[in-house]
Amino acid sequence: MEFGPHLLLAVLEGAVTAAVLSLTAVGLSLVFGVMRVVNIAHGEFFMLGAVFAWLMAQWVPGSAALGFFAALVIAPLLVGGLAALADLTILKRIEYDPERTIVATIGLLYIIQQVTLMTYGPDARAVEAPFNQRLALPWVEWGETGLEFYYPWGLSITTYKLAVIGAAGVILMGVWLMMTRTRLGLVMRATQADREMATAFGIPVERVYAVVFGLGAGLAALAAVLIVPIQQAHYLMGADPLLLSFIVVIIGGLGSLPGTILAAAFIGISDGIISVFFSPTLAKILATLLVGLVLVFRPQGLFGTRPA
Amino acid sequence: MAKSEITRRGALQGLAGATTIPLWARYAQAQSSEPLKLGFQVHRTGIGSAYGRWYDRTTQAAVKLINEGGGINGRPVEIIAEDDGTDPKRGAEVLEKFANQHGCDLGFGTLFSHVVIGSAPRAGELKLPYFVVSEGHHVASGMLNRYTLQPGITDVKSQVIAMAPFVADNLGKKVTMIFPDFAFGHNHLDFFTESIEAQGVEVLEKIAIPPAETSFTKYFPRIPRDTEVVYHVMVGPAVLTFVKELGEFFGPSSPEIFGFIDSLEAVDLASPGLEFLEGTYFWEGMPRYAQADQSEHDTFYRAAVGVDDNGASLSDPADVSTYAHMFGCWETLYIIKDAMEASGYQGPADRPALIEAVEAMTEIPESREHPQGDKLFNGKTHQVFGHQFISKVEDGRMVKLHTTSIEDGLYEDEVDYTAQSF
Amino acid sequence: MSDTARVLSLHLGLIGVLFALHFVLPAYHHGNLARIMVLASYAIGYNILFGYTGLLSLGHALFFAAGMYGMALPIQHLDMNALPALALGLVAGFAVSAGLALLALRTTGVAFMIVTLMFAQAGFLTILYFGDYTRGDEGFVIQQAQRIVAGIDFSNETARYLAAWALFSISLLVCLWVVRHPFGKTLIAIRENEERVRMLGYNTHRLKLGAMILSGVISAAAGAAYGFLFGYAGATFASVQYSILPLLWVLLGGAGTVVGPFVGAVFMFYLIDLSSGLTTAHMLLAGIALVLLTLFAPQGLTGEVRRRYWKTLP
Repeated sequence: MEFGPHLLLAVLEGAVTAAVLSLTAVGLSLVFGVMRVVNIAHGEFFMLGAVFAWLMAQWVPGSAALGFFAALVIAPLLVGGLAALADLTILKRIEYDPERTIVATIGLLYIIQQVTLMTYGPDARAVEAPFNQRLALPWVEWGETGLEFYYPWGLSITTYKLAVIGAAGVILMGVWLMMTRTRLGLVMRATQADREMATAFGIPVERVYAVVFGLGAGLAALAAVLIVPIQQAHYLMGADPLLLSFIVVIIGGLGSLPGTILAAAFIGISDGIISVFFSPTLAKILATLLVGLVLVFRPQGLFGTRPA
Repeated sequence: MAKSEITRRGALQGLAGATTIPLWARYAQAQSSEPLKLGFQVHRTGIGSAYGRWYDRTTQAAVKLINEGGGINGRPVEIIAEDDGTDPKRGAEVLEKFANQHGCDLGFGTLFSHVVIGSAPRAGELKLPYFVVSEGHHVASGMLNRYTLQPGITDVKSQVIAMAPFVADNLGKKVTMIFPDFAFGHNHLDFFTESIEAQGVEVLEKIAIPPAETSFTKYFPRIPRDTEVVYHVMVGPAVLTFVKELGEFFGPSSPEIFGFIDSLEAVDLASPGLEFLEGTYFWEGMPRYAQADQSEHDTFYRAAVGVDDNGASLSDPADVSTYAHMFGCWETLYIIKDAMEASGYQGPADRPALIEAVEAMTEIPESREHPQGDKLFNGKTHQVFGHQFISKVEDGRMVKLHTTSIEDGLYEDEVDYTAQSF
Repeated sequence: MSDTARVLSLHLGLIGVLFALHFVLPAYHHGNLARIMVLASYAIGYNILFGYTGLLSLGHALFFAAGMYGMALPIQHLDMNALPALALGLVAGFAVSAGLALLALRTTGVAFMIVTLMFAQAGFLTILYFGDYTRGDEGFVIQQAQRIVAGIDFSNETARYLAAWALFSISLLVCLWVVRHPFGKTLIAIRENEERVRMLGYNTHRLKLGAMILSGVISAAAGAAYGFLFGYAGATFASVQYSILPLLWVLLGGAGTVVGPFVGAVFMFYLIDLSSGLTTAHMLLAGIALVLLTLFAPQGLTGEVRRRYWKTLP
């Protein structure tokens, strides 16, 4: 494929990745930012969202679309509830100590993975998209009569992928509105800014934490429901999102939601663009090193408000 | 050297003849009715777990039949299964457990190559016969040791070179290869490139996909426009995405597609998004769907393991089996039985004799014990050779088009394990 | 008994017990313990950076793999003898840890975590990229004939156990010596409050550099030993899983204690081994055990002992 169309395709694919990544990473950013803990099980909540989406598709009779939209609503609620429960029973008891939380969430990771393996099983299963139409995309070239459109071979996107990009944008807007315009958002930001002060003002910090933890997990699950018709549900699928969302949160800068979103966009799209120029594995090596070097020379991340 | 081989073979064949004595006499001859313990190294968790489940079911089915038939040398067979987590470190630890704690006579059953290679050194040191069901070329390459054998399933080199004539004759003369950028993929790259170029076919582009990749569309622009055949061996959970996106990329105008069923083991062909596979070709190790010329051995085997004519579990049609690989466990267990009977195996002191009995095997006819087809075992390289199948997806089922001959998959010996000492 | 005498008798006692066990352990546990001792050495290396200096790295698999491949590749491709190859493994570990330290120590806290993680991931992918030499994830075997030093065949159980024991003893004693002397005590001070240490006039950057290199070299020694003693080098050992394992062992056994890493390694090994004998869902049991442990024994097993009974245990 010629360079121009190839680049466009890479950018579009990168945008889909970035969309889902930004949702997952925002979930993690909230937990990281407000609670200051590292949740190693974040990827497993993502995986649970995908698995629940598959379950809904099986149980909800009627068209695939119905099952999908049911999953879109129910899966984040279920997963968020589960996470809040984990927070109240485990994380609260260990007083959100950073190191103990790491061990506890590693334990949680093993538990969730194994239970999923025992119930859902080891197979990867597909979920049908509610709608999925291939759209051939045009590109320009200089013809006899000036700029002309033509349809390069292979340059296409699907309606569903475009919808994912749109949906992620809408959801992120919703999260931003919640954070800045609602009382819950205010309480969360207050707790993030200064936990002791917040307690002094009568904010039930521990209940806020449970909500935040649940919200973070719910966003990851939502991202997974969106991506699962493009990918598939598999019990080990949480590892990659965990890694990537951590990178995104740190690069974007702790405490900065816009930073997280921009970092997700940057990483998602650059991953696609670099693959245009370099062989895939080399591209991945370069992308990984790039992330590391950004942090080396700018430890607070791109938009961080304080050193990480 | 040849002379002593013939003498050994002759002696063992004589012994084999001696085992056709009546059942009562066999039990009376058994020095001990202590069970024979076979250590089953199974991928219960980890990336290989989908295969591990079916390897387990096939193993249990075969052992049940063997025990109903009187066991081996009059002794019942006991399977001791341990999860290796599809991890090479754990795999080696599990073999130690088999040898030193459980007192197993041998170890068997591993699929993933890196686990085999990580465990085999330990098997050699422990002097534990290690029968792998891996498809990897590692055994025949000479990397391993005399205690490691693969008599129940063919290796990837053999599979790949057997495909080349069909692809060259029927599909096209310009190939683009898409493969995962790790050892399994590189095996396909190296072996297929060599054999397809020998058929006069040009390999236009080789696209290596990084491991654990979850979206593939961005790699497809590298496929040259004039590709006639896309050859792919993507494996892992992301294969469904791969096929979907390949279909979406090509749209209505796609070249011929040739894949390996490894991509779709345990996956239902009717899964959403796989419609693109209609009309594409696959290598199959053993045809998943019962064909018009299905042998009685295949019918029996399916019933025993519990799969239907679509290769799915009898109790759950959505639970698709790893049909192209799991027969390896069944056939390996019967090879173990034959070798133990031929060598008069009684206990760990007879392990070298057991291995020599396997090394002496040559032609293995198709039978209930070997339902995948007849085979040829190479005692020097410890690797078995057999038929490969090429199928086409028609109306959502795979229809067998072509069966390769054993000769199609043969290659020069790369090692002679029989020259190594025990 | 003076405190020093108590400390020495504990640590030397542990080394002595492990030596004695060589003669009495049944074959299975003998083999397990050899493995555990090498992995515990890795954990000791990790503990120096994490438990004592307070820097949480998620990329130590890079050092482990550097040692493993630094030893294995010359044997495989250059037909090098075992002893120089092992030395090369150490050199590789030194080079990689020094290189990474110079870059990563510009950051702290979670940024440090991610930087180390990223470089370890890049290392893993590089091993795969050069698959022609490294055979990537499949890995390659180091044949029995190549694992002979001075006439001793290290594929033999006795030689293997004693070699693992030697590595572990050296690592343990080095760690003990470091933490009881100024260098180590300054590291602990840095962990507690780096600003204050800097204000006292110490060059904390140089100290952290030293800690990371020491940590990396010990981890690389463990990696080289593991590949050498067990005859296999593969990219699995460079994956992120092998960066999380030492963290787990150290946290479970007791971060910031000298014997903690060993305790953690033994505990995790037998937790998985015993539970896989009971049920196929052994990871579930391991997960539950981790959660319970962190709920009720937050300082790790040895850390709890220190907290309750022996306040000055190093």
